[in-house]
Amino acid sequence: MAGENITEPRGATKWLLRANASFVYIFFYIPILVLIVFSFSDNRNVGVWGGFTLDWYRDFAESDNTREALWNSVQIGLVATVISVVLGTASALALERFKFRGRAVFDALLYLPIIIPDVTMAVMMLLFFSEAAELFGFSKGFATITLSHIAFSISFVSVVVRARLGGMNDRLEEAAMDLYATRWQAFRYVTLPLIMPGILGGGLLALTLSLDDVVITQFVTGPGWTTLPVYVFGLIRKGVTPLINAVSVVMLVASTILVVLSLIAQRIRGGDTV
Amino acid sequence: MGGPSVTAAVELSGVTKRFGDVVAVDNIDLAIADGEFFAMLGPSGCGKTTTLRMIAGLEFPTEGSLQIFGDEMGTLPPNRRPVNTVFQNYALFPHMSVRENVSFGLRMQGMSKSETASRTSTLIELVQLGGMEKRKPDQLSGGQQQRVALARALVNEPKVLLLDEPLGALDLKLRQEMQDELKTLQRELGVSFVFVTHDQEEALTMSDRIAVMHEGRLLQVGSAEEIYERPSNRFVADFIGQTNLIDGTVADRDTIVLANGSKVAATTGHVAGTSVAMSLRPEAMHIGRPEDIPATHATSSLTGTVTEVNYLGVALVYRIAVDWIELEVRAPTVSEVDRLKPGETASVWWARETAQVVAD
Repeated sequence: MAGENITEPRGATKWLLRANASFVYIFFYIPILVLIVFSFSDNRNVGVWGGFTLDWYRDFAESDNTREALWNSVQIGLVATVISVVLGTASALALERFKFRGRAVFDALLYLPIIIPDVTMAVMMLLFFSEAAELFGFSKGFATITLSHIAFSISFVSVVVRARLGGMNDRLEEAAMDLYATRWQAFRYVTLPLIMPGILGGGLLALTLSLDDVVITQFVTGPGWTTLPVYVFGLIRKGVTPLINAVSVVMLVASTILVVLSLIAQRIRGGDTV
Repeated sequence: MGGPSVTAAVELSGVTKRFGDVVAVDNIDLAIADGEFFAMLGPSGCGKTTTLRMIAGLEFPTEGSLQIFGDEMGTLPPNRRPVNTVFQNYALFPHMSVRENVSFGLRMQGMSKSETASRTSTLIELVQLGGMEKRKPDQLSGGQQQRVALARALVNEPKVLLLDEPLGALDLKLRQEMQDELKTLQRELGVSFVFVTHDQEEALTMSDRIAVMHEGRLLQVGSAEEIYERPSNRFVADFIGQTNLIDGTVADRDTIVLANGSKVAATTGHVAGTSVAMSLRPEAMHIGRPEDIPATHATSSLTGTVTEVNYLGVALVYRIAVDWIELEVRAPTVSEVDRLKPGETASVWWARETAQVVAD
């Protein structure tokens, strides 16, 4: 009796479901495991174990190319994140709080970058910047990559912040204003602390997306502005060495940390004020 | 009544509120005295909460004037009005402790730290939440949350306290306790409480005066007794307490012709030909056999057949079918042999002044 539940699968169904789950996890994680293992292999050919070494990680740390690519990625990621957080939060507030003409259209358009394929977005961006380059005469590089990253990150930030805002009681801001807070104070001391986990989560998500993006970046990048994922992609064409494994592991760890932080941030309650 | 020499705490004149095509509040005139416990009562959607929100400044009237202690409020925002609100479901700030919640208003007004601390402590003691200052709202029971909401509003020493269904979320026992506490608190502070509720019993027991609202209109304002005993129209009679509404037409000043053609005596107050309803409270009627009707009450009686008798301990509730209607009569318990049984012929009669004639 105890612990039994009418909806819980039993017998063969239960075992099949378990086997399925195990298979899915194996399918997901074996490649990652292989990737990690061979990043420590002392053999130029990926897939041939040549004994343990940290040389590939040292190569990664010492190579000017990878260091420059990493630094490019970090600069672009940080700037794109800050700007998309501000714009994404503002759009979330506008969509959640105000009724205005064309709201539904704006709403749908805002989420377009989430669903349209990266390549489509990349081509759009490339064409746009080519036109813009002729009109305003700016060249491809930091600005174009950062603008593209902002363009797709806003949507993600907006979704996450809106989820948080949607769960917030509208009466709270009214209560603050009833208690002598100005509109700004009500936002600053009540709304902002309550949606802060959403903003942080959205920001970390934006940073992850920016650090990981290959397709769009490759289309809009310019001389001297190779980001780390684009650099890795270029290396593959020259032949795969465990250096790629090492770089991939570093990126994997960094992304995982950011995503976990983002999830934690979305779970915690708002921080204290004043 | 003489002209009021004292300024009303809250005065609404010709206040209308429209949301698009919907008229939420329809041309209301209302004056709430200083120090009064005033209830706004009505079913949901009657405009009572909108009226309260207009006083708070959370909505602005579409038309009309709203004054607080003689000052025209116009479109003054809520943070510049001398009133505070206890919100429905409290709207406590979930990320702040009890102490931070209570002191919020004082901090927003820029009061000094020491003054804020002492006033906050006083209020926390007043609502008996000492020792819970550091807790967050979700660590409090419903009753405690409601006290925090009260303290958070009262710490600002508002000239009028607005309460929107403050007891709605509490269970019955706690509700009754809080009703007493609110009443006591109001008497001690001497501040006007404007209280919105859909619970007529709550309104009747707590308030000095009650405003009954329906579909955006103010139907009647008066003391609990006035509203219960002299309802101004059919809705009020039906909404407040239990009653039997018997349709009829005014024949002359003292006679109503009921739907079955029988004539009963009542002070009609309406011109002949008006369709009215006669409101008879279940406890205001006497019951007996046809031969028991006193001669003096011959024209204020009806005869029918008992359909149901329910025993409630102190009282017996009879249901009596009279031609086209069924009456509910509540009478003191009598021994079983003396009770009328279902199927028997029964008559009811009433003192003429207890029958209230109301128009639609």
